[in-house]
Amino acid sequence: MAKFKEALNSGKFVVTAEVGPPKGTDITETLEHIDLIKDKVDGINSTDNQSSVMRISSLATCVLIKQRGGEPILQMTCRDRNRMGLESDLLGANVLGIDNVLCLTGDYVTVGDHLDAKPVFDLDSVQLVQAVRMMEAGKDLGGNELNAPVKFCCGAIVTPESDPIEPQLMKYEKKVKAGIEFVQTQAIYDIENFKKFMQYARKVNGDVKILAGIVLLTGAGMAKYMNANVPGIVVPDALIEELKSAEKGKAVQKGIEIAGRMIKQIKDEKICDGVHIMAIGREGVVPDILAAAGL
Amino acid sequence: MIVAGKKPFAEINEMVKDHKKIMIAGCGTCVAVCMAGGEKEVELLASQLRLARKKDGKEVEIVEATVTRQCDREYMEPILDQARECDAVISMACGVGIQYLSDLIEEIPMYPGVNTRFIGTNESEGVWLERCMMCGNCVLGETGGICPIAICAKGLLNGPCGGTNKGKCEVSPDKDCAWTLIYNRLEKQGKLDNIREIFPPKKYSLHVNPITQVNPAYQHAQMEEHHG
Ligand code: SF4
Ligand code: SF4
Repeated sequence: MAKFKEALNSGKFVVTAEVGPPKGTDITETLEHIDLIKDKVDGINSTDNQSSVMRISSLATCVLIKQRGGEPILQMTCRDRNRMGLESDLLGANVLGIDNVLCLTGDYVTVGDHLDAKPVFDLDSVQLVQAVRMMEAGKDLGGNELNAPVKFCCGAIVTPESDPIEPQLMKYEKKVKAGIEFVQTQAIYDIENFKKFMQYARKVNGDVKILAGIVLLTGAGMAKYMNANVPGIVVPDALIEELKSAEKGKAVQKGIEIAGRMIKQIKDEKICDGVHIMAIGREGVVPDILAAAGL
Repeated sequence: MIVAGKKPFAEINEMVKDHKKIMIAGCGTCVAVCMAGGEKEVELLASQLRLARKKDGKEVEIVEATVTRQCDREYMEPILDQARECDAVISMACGVGIQYLSDLIEEIPMYPGVNTRFIGTNESEGVWLERCMMCGNCVLGETGGICPIAICAKGLLNGPCGGTNKGKCEVSPDKDCAWTLIYNRLEKQGKLDNIREIFPPKKYSLHVNPITQVNPAYQHAQMEEHHG
C-alpha cells in the first residue's frame, strides 16, 4: 500500500503540506522546500497551475518530490485539460510511482496570468473522481479497456466556510458518492464552526478522512485581504487583533504560533483526522509550524 | 435572441478603406433589438463613414439597406441587385446573417459590422445576458430552468466550485453564481432531489461543427429519396 494511504489508515494524526511549482526552470528553491519537509509530513501536494498562473506542471513536480524521497499528492484541476488529457496524465502519474491524486475544479482562467487562454472544464471535480474510479476498474471514460488498471488514493476538497453552505455540501456529498477517500479542506480559522462541519461530514460518511486546511497567516494585512477577496475564507477579528499585536517584523512568527496552536487543538481534541498545511510562498517555515504544534 | 455588439468604427473604417461604393446592410430582428445592427445603427455608421472620408478628402457612395431578417432568403431578395452594384458590403447582422448574405452575393467582398456575442435576454435597459450555449442536450428540466452551462462560468454540472461567494461568481462580483441561483430555485420548488444525483460528463459528440439539424419528417423523406 502507498505510504499516504497507509498513514490515513493507521489512525495517526496525518499531516500534509504543499509546494507551489515555480514559473520557470530554476527549481533550486522548490527542491529546498521539498527537502525541508519531506520527512516531516505524510504527503506533499503539488499545486496545478495554482490561481490560474502557469508554472511547472504538477505531474513533473510530483516526480521531483518522489525523486527526493517524499510522498507526492498530485493536484489535478479540470481547467487546462479535457478528459483525454486528464486520463492520460493519470496513467502517466501512476506508472511514475505517484499514488495519490487530489481532484479539483480549478480557478477560472481570468483570475490568473493567461487571460486569453481557453478554459476547458470538460469534466468537473466530481466527474474527475469518477474517472479515477473507472480507471481503477480497468476502463477509461470512453468505455475502453485499459491493459492494466490504475490505483490511486483519491481525494477532493471542500470549503466548510462557503457562503451559502448548502450547495457546497450537496456537492461534497456527490464527491463522497463518487468514491473519495480523503478531503483536504479550504483554510479554516474558526474551530467551533469547523466542529459543526465535522459533525455533518461524519454523518455523510465516517470513512472519508478529513484533513483541515491550515493556511499560514503572515500578517493582519494578509488576513484582511483574504477576508475581502478569497471566497470561503473567514479570519475572525480576534485573530486579526492577535496578528496586529505582534512586534514589528514578528507578524510571521505570530502566524506560525497561531497555526501551531490550531493544529495542536485539532489534534488534542481529535476534531478530524489531520491537517493540510498551506504556507503559500513560505513553504520553508512548515517545520516551524509543526514544531509550534508540538509535532 | 442573438446578441451582438458594434465593432469599433476605426476597425470598420480600416477594413473598407479601399472601397468606393459600399452597401451597409442592417437586420431588423435580433441585432436591431440589441441596438447593434438595425436601421438606426446603419444610419449612424453611414454618416460616420461619410464624415471620415470627407475629412480624408476621399469619395464614398453609401447605400443603406435594412431587411427584416438576414437569415432568411425571402427577405434578402429585394436588396441583392443593389448590393451587386456596390464594391463592398458591410453587414450589420449577426454572424449568421453576414454569412448568408455573402453566400447570395459571392462576388462582392463582405465585412462584418458587428461582433456576434451570444444568445440571451435583455436584463435591464441596454444590458443583455447570455442564457444558452446550445449544448444540444438540455438539462434545464433538472436545474430549475437555469442553465448551468451558460450561467456558470465553468459550465459545471454538479454544483458550485469553491469560488462561489455570497451568491456571486469568482469571475466577477457582477455575475451571479449559477449554482446559488439553481439551488435556491429548486429549494423553492421542493425539487432539490433533482440535483443530488451525479450528472455525467457533457457530450461533445453532439457538437461536431458545423452541426446540422434535420426535422425527423424530412429525414424520412431524404432516406426514401436515397433508396429510390
Ligand atoms: S442546458 Fe443550457 S446550454 Fe444546453 S441547451 Fe439547455 S439552456 Fe442551452
Ligand atoms: S462561482 Fe458559481 S457560477 Fe462561478 S464558476 Fe463557480 S460555480 Fe460557476
